[in-house]
Amino acid sequence: MIDRAYIGVVSEPRVIDVEKGQLKFFARATGTRDPIYFDEAAAGRAGHRALPAPPTFLFSLGLGAPAKRGDLFTDMCIDVARILHGEQSFRYHQPIYAGDRITLVTQTVDIFEKKGGALEFVVQETRATNQHGELCASMRIVTVVRNG
Amino acid sequence: MAEHSCIVKVGDTLPEHVQSPISRATLALFAGASNDYVPLHIDSDFAKRAGMPDVFAHGMLSMAYLGQMLTTWVPQQRLRQWNVRFTAITPLHATVTCRAKVMEIFDSESDGERQARLEITAHTDQGVQTLAGEAIVSLE
Repeated sequence: MIDRAYIGVVSEPRVIDVEKGQLKFFARATGTRDPIYFDEAAAGRAGHRALPAPPTFLFSLGLGAPAKRGDLFTDMCIDVARILHGEQSFRYHQPIYAGDRITLVTQTVDIFEKKGGALEFVVQETRATNQHGELCASMRIVTVVRNG
Repeated sequence: MAEHSCIVKVGDTLPEHVQSPISRATLALFAGASNDYVPLHIDSDFAKRAGMPDVFAHGMLSMAYLGQMLTTWVPQQRLRQWNVRFTAITPLHATVTCRAKVMEIFDSESDGERQARLEITAHTDQGVQTLAGEAIVSLE
């Protein structure tokens, strides 16, 4: 059982660079057809100052800069073999571009169980701020842990 | 590119977005590109020890496909927020089809603009719904 004392815990800020090469790799790995996500000239013609991070890329930034405080695996000691992704949401404020330096802060907002503890749910919210101090986006991840 | 906002109406469906079948190579590439090294998706031995028949696709791969459907319809800057529930596992070799339907058009007070609420879903070629949620898109 996951220690409920993690509810409310806020991670340390983590800084991660948005790398152009990784955005191109992500576009390729996801079969992206729209060239604004992998061709800088096309992105420029569409009015972007660099390659834009696609809508789900913030999730990958989070994985690329795991928290020490409140991490599912290294801190909460959840077995990676028992997890499923339950829900995911994003809200956007400012675009994230290649070359940006993003600071992430994650709060564990809830931990609860269903089916008599056979399933536990960890709800975490992450805010992403860019190098200008602007809030770019936030996301909410619900991780399901199978204890059965 | 986007349909003009004044002609968007409730009940409209977006063009279906279909991606190539998901192979082991797809999952290996996506693991690397997305920083998601959870071995359930890339290591068959590990997945079997965890009680699964084989590796299965990252939920976020299908969510990326849903995102492609949305950003084909409107530029990404008009995507305000969206959410999904992962309702079933996407097995290896599945072909994922993304669908969306306009459920509501409304004036958002908080964002000060006209917006559409879309129901979004992903399905496998076996007819299983794998993701379900909604997206809020600016029509201005």
